[in-house]
Amino acid sequence: MPNAPGLFNAPVPLSWYLILSAVLFALGVAGFIFRRNIITVFMSIELMLNAVNLSFVTFSYEFKQVDGHIYSFFVMVVAAAEAAVGLAIILTVFKNRATLMIDEVNSMKY
Amino acid sequence: MTALIFIIFAGIAVFCAINLVVQTHPIASALSLIGVMGSLAILYLQLGGEFIAAAQVIVYAGAIMVLFVFVIMLLNAGAETVSFQISRFVRYLGALLLAAFLGLISLIIQAALPRTEGVLFGTFQGTALDVGRKLFTTYLLPFEVTSVLILIAIVGAIVLARKEV
Repeated sequence: MPNAPGLFNAPVPLSWYLILSAVLFALGVAGFIFRRNIITVFMSIELMLNAVNLSFVTFSYEFKQVDGHIYSFFVMVVAAAEAAVGLAIILTVFKNRATLMIDEVNSMKY
Repeated sequence: MTALIFIIFAGIAVFCAINLVVQTHPIASALSLIGVMGSLAILYLQLGGEFIAAAQVIVYAGAIMVLFVFVIMLLNAGAETVSFQISRFVRYLGALLLAAFLGLISLIIQAALPRTEGVLFGTFQGTALDVGRKLFTTYLLPFEVTSVLILIAIVGAIVLARKEV
């Protein structure tokens, strides 16, 4: 039965993609809040950006327009710029403080 | 086949994302993030985003993550040291509450979304031709502004990472 509708031949509901996007975004927020290493915090932000990209591409499919693809392309470009500048800032912080733990970089607090 | 591929790669993505949050060593987190990005590229392909799937692999998994791994190696970042202790009970309670929250979110999304046909591979294809045509007509100004942004980011990164700072 090549084309019989079954469990694995049925179309995937659109909401599954959006739920996956929400789950990935929530995990990114959890990593952002609970991790203490500044590099891991930065990677959690990248995870959140990826989750939003998945939503863009999903809605792009639903409306049969490529606009969503272009938005997620711009998100990728901004993420690349952000990664370059952010990692340079991390390098500078490490050079001056010799630490990567965000709890120990707290001179703005006092 | 669409549903099977979705389940496999969504599972890999969620597993890798949980691993990213749970691992204490940054290099393990970075490898998990590469796993998330790779499986998301497959899902983009399934949704008809050929160009964006290629860009995901080349830009995200290729360029950005290599930058991350370089910095982790350069700074010789080791495993995280905890400055305060969280009890095991609170940890499990937090995971349970997060799972409950995510269940609630998925119920809301299921209920709020109108019934649509669903995703079948091959119904829609945003080829590089379509994306490029739209990018250089409708979205020409944002595209040019983006190039200025990239230039500023490059100069900023060089200035920040100089020796004398």
